[in-house]
Amino acid sequence: MIYLELFLGFLKVGCFAFGGAYAAIPLIRDVVLSYGWLTEEALTYMIAVSESTPGSIMVNVATYVGGAQAGILGAMVATLAVVLPAFLIILLVTVFLKTALKNKYVQAVLGGLSPCMIGIILATGLYMIFKNCLGEFSSPKLSIESIVITALLLIAMFVYKRIAKKKLSPIMLIVISAVIGAVVYGI
Amino acid sequence: MKLLIELFITFIKIGLFTFGGGYAMISVIENDCVKQKEWITDDELMNLTVIAESTPGPIAINCATFTGYKKAGIIGSIAATLGVILPSFAVIYLISIFFDNFLEVTIIANAFRGIKIAVGILILDAAVSMAKKMQKDILSTAIMICACVVMLCINIFAWNFSSISLMMIAAAVSLTVFIIKDVSKKKAGAAE
Repeated sequence: MIYLELFLGFLKVGCFAFGGAYAAIPLIRDVVLSYGWLTEEALTYMIAVSESTPGSIMVNVATYVGGAQAGILGAMVATLAVVLPAFLIILLVTVFLKTALKNKYVQAVLGGLSPCMIGIILATGLYMIFKNCLGEFSSPKLSIESIVITALLLIAMFVYKRIAKKKLSPIMLIVISAVIGAVVYGI
Repeated sequence: MKLLIELFITFIKIGLFTFGGGYAMISVIENDCVKQKEWITDDELMNLTVIAESTPGPIAINCATFTGYKKAGIIGSIAATLGVILPSFAVIYLISIFFDNFLEVTIIANAFRGIKIAVGILILDAAVSMAKKMQKDILSTAIMICACVVMLCINIFAWNFSSISLMMIAAAVSLTVFIIKDVSKKKAGAAE
């Protein structure tokens, strides 16, 4: 029964995919390859598509595999399965969060986690910008277009902030970057 | 009912513009849920990011569930979570039907390469504004810098070390320092 297989397979992905998009890829790979839902090449392509479309990679892969294997119903089953664990866990955490957060030991733990989290996000952002402009560390490849786009976007953010006295919204920045990307890479 | 619809629509918008998933969406959430609607506070967003990172599932889903629950209980959390998945569901489902090689259309591929750059900037921006709001004691600053350096090495040299282990270490260090301080304070108190 394909629906049950899809549900169980993606429930497993949803349960154990800790730590954001890239951490989840090995697990996704394991599940979709072992059920024979995607080939290695198809998975690589799917990850590229996921990166360039809205939504997180694991939800996108679930929708795609479910849809390809068993139509719209399959897509729904797989997507719900992959989201369900996160939904239930956060619901539980939220319900008990208020009392738990006041505990001084919980506070001490959070006091270590928050700066660590900020450090990780900082590193991820820096790494992505460098990778876009300079290529992979193992095979450097300078991209003038990417550097120009990065500069243009930073200028747009800075000028907007000066003139409008507030931050350019992320959504606007994405729209602008899509237009600039289509133009600059197209030349 | 009005609030439910508002939650649903706001999270559709958030879901629609969360490319690549993960940290980039933090700045979108900060803009929409913290600044504009004032549904959650900056502190809550920070705690939520930490919790999202230490529980399974994408941050997008975690944020939607939390905000929805806070504003309108279980039904609110369902409305927000469905809202945040809907755009990617629709887009990917269409892709799975119509385009076998969606990214081979040159202009689309180029636009997405542009978006990839914006995503990097957004993530960096989110990190900088979080760092500005952080408590600036020695321990926090040291943890932040260490985490940043180690994470850069993980990315650049493809170290086989997960961000989860990094966070566990940070939590352990912070807890140990707290307990040591606590004990020495009690000793000092007893000595007097």
